[in-house]
Amino acid sequence: MITVAFFKAAIIAGIPLLFATLGEIITEKSGHLNLGVEGMMLMGAVIGFQVGYTTNSPLLALLFAAIAGALGALIYAFLTVSLRANQVVSGLALTIFGTGFAGFVGKSLMGMKMTDQFNYFFRDLKIPGLGDIPYLGEIFFNHDIFVYLGYVTAIVLGLYLYNTGKGLNLRAIGENPAAADAASIPITKYKYLHILLGGALCGLGGAYLSLVYVPVWQENITAGRGWIAVALVIFSGWNPYKAIAGAFLFGGLDIIGFRLQGTAIAISQYIFDMAPYVATIVILVLVSLRKSKKNAPPKALSEPYFREER
Amino acid sequence: MIKLFSILLSITLVLVMAVGCSQAPDQGQNDQGQNKEEKLKVGFVYIGSATDAGYTYAHDQGRLMLERELGDRVETIIKENVPETQECEKVMTDMIDQGCKVIFANSFGFQDYVVRVAEAHPDVIFLHCSGSIQGPNYSNYFGSIEEARYLSGIVAGMKTKTNKIGYVAAYNIPEVIRGINAFTLGVRSVNPDAVVMVKWTNTWLDAAKEKDAAIALLDAGADVIAQHQDTTGPQVAAEERGCWSIGYNADMSHAAPKAYMTAPLWNWGAYYVKAVQSILDGTWTNEPYWGTMKDGLIDLAPLTDVAPEGAQEAVDKIKEQMKAGTFDVFAGPIKDQSGKVVVPEGSTIPLEEQLSMKWFVEGVEGKIE
Repeated sequence: MITVAFFKAAIIAGIPLLFATLGEIITEKSGHLNLGVEGMMLMGAVIGFQVGYTTNSPLLALLFAAIAGALGALIYAFLTVSLRANQVVSGLALTIFGTGFAGFVGKSLMGMKMTDQFNYFFRDLKIPGLGDIPYLGEIFFNHDIFVYLGYVTAIVLGLYLYNTGKGLNLRAIGENPAAADAASIPITKYKYLHILLGGALCGLGGAYLSLVYVPVWQENITAGRGWIAVALVIFSGWNPYKAIAGAFLFGGLDIIGFRLQGTAIAISQYIFDMAPYVATIVILVLVSLRKSKKNAPPKALSEPYFREER
Repeated sequence: MIKLFSILLSITLVLVMAVGCSQAPDQGQNDQGQNKEEKLKVGFVYIGSATDAGYTYAHDQGRLMLERELGDRVETIIKENVPETQECEKVMTDMIDQGCKVIFANSFGFQDYVVRVAEAHPDVIFLHCSGSIQGPNYSNYFGSIEEARYLSGIVAGMKTKTNKIGYVAAYNIPEVIRGINAFTLGVRSVNPDAVVMVKWTNTWLDAAKEKDAAIALLDAGADVIAQHQDTTGPQVAAEERGCWSIGYNADMSHAAPKAYMTAPLWNWGAYYVKAVQSILDGTWTNEPYWGTMKDGLIDLAPLTDVAPEGAQEAVDKIKEQMKAGTFDVFAGPIKDQSGKVVVPEGSTIPLEEQLSMKWFVEGVEGKIE
C-alpha cells in the first residue's frame, strides 16, 4: 500500500544508507575507494550498542559509534595512504574484519534491548511549522533526532565540498593529487582526515540500525546495506545532495516488496532487491555515454599517490 | 602439446595427493580406536550464532543438554555461522578430520552438501535438520512445531480486537506455510472472524527488514504480530505500537516486555540425547525422526501477563490432548482460501503431504508467491 506511512518508513529505511553513502562519498572524494563500508557500519553498530547498553547514554553511544567507524577507517587509511596497498583488497579485508569484530563483541549483547529511557531520546519529534505541512510534514519532518542529523550532515557536507576552499582542496586531491601537491596542499593529512570522517559517518549509519531502527542487537545487523551504499555513491554521482534523494529511493525499494504483497501489483521482492544495483549500472552507462565530467568519479580514484612518480 | 601434458600431469599429481591425504587420517583413527576407548565425538554445524537468542540458540541448548546427560561418553564441537554454500562441506570434512563420528547440521540449505560428504564418509553418521534426505549413514530430523503454533494461534485469536493478526514469514517453503496454516487454524478455533495477514520477507536474519514487515502489517490494521523469523525485529515493532506479539524459538520477552505473550519452542535436547544414545548403543537406524509435543521436542513458552484472560485454560486443554496424542492439528474439515473443503471431516493431512504443503487454509490473507 503506497501511503504516507510507507514514505515515512522509506525515509527511516534510507537513513542508514544515507550516512554510509555520505561517508563513502567523502572518502572517495579524497581519491580512495573504501569497500569496507559494511565492516565499518557493523563496527559502529556494535560499539554504539555496547556503549549505549552499558552507559545508557545516547550521546556517548553515538560518539563511540563514530569513533569505532573511524578506527576501522584508520586501519584502511594506514594501509592505503601510508603503505599504498591495493585499495580494493584493503577495503574488502576491512569488511571481513568488521563483520568478525562485530560478531565477537556482540556475542554477549545478542538479543539485548535498550532501556525505555534510552529509546525516549530517539522518539519522533515534530518540527514546528514544517511538520504541519500536509503529507510532506508527516513524511519528512516527524522523525527521530537521528534522521534530522542525517539531513543536516548531507547539507553540511554538500556546502563543504562545493562552497569552501577546503572542499575544493579535497576535490583537487581526488582529481589530480600531483597538482594538489604542487599547490602545497597537505595531501596525506587531507586523505587521513577525510577517510576517518568517512569511517565515522559509516559507523553512525550502522549505529542507526542498532540503536534506533531495530533496536535490539542482532548479528550481522546491516545485512548487506553497506554494499547498497557503495552502489548509491555511484548512483548519486558523488554528490551529497543527490545522495539524500538516492538514499530514500533505495530505502523505499528495500521495504516496498512486502507492502505490495496482496495488492494487485504483485512484484517479487527479489526484483526490488535487484533494483538498486540495476539502477546503478544504468546510471553508470548513461554517465559514460554522455562523456560528461559531471557525475563522473574522482579521476584519481583508487590510484595510490607516489610523490616521486610525478 | 607439452603445456597440455604438464597440466594433465599436475592435475594427476594433485589428485593422487588428495586421495593419499584423505586416506591417511582414517587409518590413524582406526589405530587410535584400537588402542583406547574414546569418547564419541559429535559435531554440530550451525547456520547462525549459538547466542542468537533464536533458532541456533535453541539447538545449542539441546547440545548442552546432550553434554549434561551423556557427558561421560560424548564430547561435542560446534561451528557457528556456517553459510549454506560449499563452505559447509569444508566445515564437515574438517570435523571428520578432528575425529567426529556423528554430525548434526541444523539448516535446510546444508542438505545437498550433507549428502555429498556423507557418501564420501560412510563410517560417519550425518543427521540433517528440516530436510528430507535419507541414506545408509544419513537421515533427517524435525518436528511438528505446528502443534505449538496452533496453541499460540489460540492465544492470538483470543487477544486480537481488530480481528486482524499479522504474520511475518520468512520464505514460502512448506515448513513456513505449514506453520501459518496451523497458526490460523488455532486462531479460528477460538475466533472464527479473525484473519491472518501474511507478509514474506525472504530473509531469516535481517532484523531491520523483518521489523519493517511487521510495521507494514500493523499499518494495515493488525494488532497481534506472529513471526516465523529468527530475529526479534517483529516483536519490537509490536511493542513500539503498543500491540501484542507471539515470538518463535525462544522466550522473547526481553525484547518486547509489553507485547510478547508466548512463543512456540523447540526442545532439541530431547532428540539429541535420544539419537546419540541410540548410536552409542548401536541401535541407530536411518529412520527419519519426527518429534511432537508428546515426545517433548515441541513446547509452548509460558504465557506472560500480557496474554488474554482464559487463554491459559484454553491452551492447557488442547495441550493435554496433544500430549496424549489424541489431538491432530490438521484434522478435517479444513477449507482452503477459496472456501472449498479440501480435507473432509474425519480425515487428516498425512505427514508426507504436510511436508510438501503449498496452499493456505481459509482465513489466511496472502499469497504464496
